[in-house]
Amino acid sequence: MSETLLDVRGLTVAFPTHEGDVLAVSDLSYTLHRGETLGIVGESGSGKSVSSLALMGLLNQERTRISGEAMFGGRNLLSLSPEHMREIRGKDIAMIFQDPFACLHPMYRVGDQIAEAVTAHASVSKSKALDRAVELLDAVGIPKARDRARDYPHQFSGGMRQRAMIAMALVNNPSVLIADEPTTALDVTVQAQILELIERVKREFNIGVILITHDLGVVSETADTVLVMYAGRPMEMGPARDVFAAPQHPYTWGLLQSMPTIDLRLENLLAIEGSPPSLLRVPTGCPFNPRCAYAFAPCTVELPELREIPNGHLDRCHLPTDRKRAEWIELEALRVGAAR
Amino acid sequence: MTATAAEPIVELEHVTKHFPVKQGVFSRARGRVHAVEDVNLTVYRGETLGIVGESGCGKSTTARLMLRLLDPTSGSIRFDGRDITGTSSRRLRPIRREMQMIFQDPYASLNPRKTVEQIVLQPFAIHGGVPKKEARLRVRELLRTVGLSPEHASRYPHEFSGGQRQRIGIARALALNPKLIVCDEPVSALDVSVQAQILNLLRSLQGEFNLTYVFISHDLSVMRQICSRIAVMYLGRIVELADSEQIFERPRHPYTAALIAAVPRVAVNGDRRERAVVRGDVPSAVDPPSGCVFHPRCPRFHEGHCDVVEPALEPTPGDSSHVAACHYPLEHPA
Repeated sequence: MSETLLDVRGLTVAFPTHEGDVLAVSDLSYTLHRGETLGIVGESGSGKSVSSLALMGLLNQERTRISGEAMFGGRNLLSLSPEHMREIRGKDIAMIFQDPFACLHPMYRVGDQIAEAVTAHASVSKSKALDRAVELLDAVGIPKARDRARDYPHQFSGGMRQRAMIAMALVNNPSVLIADEPTTALDVTVQAQILELIERVKREFNIGVILITHDLGVVSETADTVLVMYAGRPMEMGPARDVFAAPQHPYTWGLLQSMPTIDLRLENLLAIEGSPPSLLRVPTGCPFNPRCAYAFAPCTVELPELREIPNGHLDRCHLPTDRKRAEWIELEALRVGAAR
Repeated sequence: MTATAAEPIVELEHVTKHFPVKQGVFSRARGRVHAVEDVNLTVYRGETLGIVGESGCGKSTTARLMLRLLDPTSGSIRFDGRDITGTSSRRLRPIRREMQMIFQDPYASLNPRKTVEQIVLQPFAIHGGVPKKEARLRVRELLRTVGLSPEHASRYPHEFSGGQRQRIGIARALALNPKLIVCDEPVSALDVSVQAQILNLLRSLQGEFNLTYVFISHDLSVMRQICSRIAVMYLGRIVELADSEQIFERPRHPYTAALIAAVPRVAVNGDRRERAVVRGDVPSAVDPPSGCVFHPRCPRFHEGHCDVVEPALEPTPGDSSHVAACHYPLEHPA
């Protein structure tokens, strides 16, 4: 595989409260390569966003306990001073968020805001910076970029605002782009455009992308590698092809099965019973055990290791691997059989 | 279900809703948002009619017009055989108990300072007629119906997860035995694993209480699981209306086809499909395009026709219940 951009080892994030520690992320490890899209998927409270905020140094240091390592360009992001982190953030690692309207200042012109991002990390003249802003707006598919750069955010549609955010993220030629639910607030036809844009940007700028989402369809269509998180822990990880063709973890099964599919009408939607646990009191053993239909004795006692099955595919589960293939095929047959 | 044998519960006839766009100190109307344009739509008893479309397409406005939460600019609204277009709010009250609503955000739609019991009791308090003691028993029964336990009655909304809160909202909507429930994006704010629970609950309640649903969503996958018929809206107009299976298997309008194609899918066999992308954004409803409102984004656009003549909703040859407003509809082999 190509050059390693980011190597995260044992990332743990805890928020101390007067009721105890909220364990938002526990022992998360992954590697991001140049040209790769890593899709992090999970439900609310799974730690998918917090893990990235921790890497970016965007969590309040006084109220958070972060441990582990995140190596980027020979430096550990987690031990950098705020000043050093500021040099990297927005320059080498850029981030875009769910709500592009909240990320743009309503009273400044879009072009000027992007130009400001240029001058924040490079000493160039204002007009040069604005030229660069226009060039990027054009690159992300804003028509008549020079004119539109003079618009205020409210004059942009939701899709165009997200394009502008992507342009801003690309200002300093980053090597990593973190996109946190970048299309959740967008309409489905616009979502398709933005996903396509992120893919094109990844190719043309040769960067690594971390795409955080709750939508398995989005991950399946864009990611090379998939990481499934639950209650702050990585439960399953591997090449997207393998994870979707032969999912291993019962939680991944549950996610896939409860997803309403557009291609079939199902007589009965298979829900995962219960709801995700409180991160103040994560169940002992496997965090998914109270909701797992396959849980047996060891699951309530011992946290399963992330074990490797062939092809770099990791699974955190006590069930024997050789049983899983048959279980999944049977589950799928049941689901599709329930279709009308 | 066959539309001919069915009994209508809501009928919208040529309903139009415009909102003035005001500007300046004297709030002079500068223009109008054409939120809903000449919509004809009938909801039949016992069905689940879905209204789908992107933001600003008028789906929520249409639903609010059905409940007379908004007054139409023109056109008429009938509910259960009665014309309610101009009915005063006082005379509307007894009718209102037959129509209820479930909202998108279970965090915003429940009063945080009231207990679950007080929340679910509220409809009884407003509409009266049930002794307090009986109403309280009824609340406990309702909680059980929606999959909560009667002991939950004394708790506050913040003690519940999103899915449980949505169940509370459903219990409240069921309290007065309504005939019609409008569900406005009821699962959009929920995690997938919980979405399925709520959809299953809504489905089973429908059979149990003989309910009619109007289901509003932007999510076509959810629509397919719950709706019997679907109206696709674009810029305030219904562009296609048909049985759910027809919409998904044989869409006629290019916009419907584009919506379906744009939904990201899980590649179970490992092969990614080519993503079909429609260009552009939804235009402004203040100044909608001429002719067919979808023409600037349409892959089947014919210049001099589509941008000049607005297409009417026409039945499909061989299937009069499937209507689409397009000059060049998609054809499907029989």
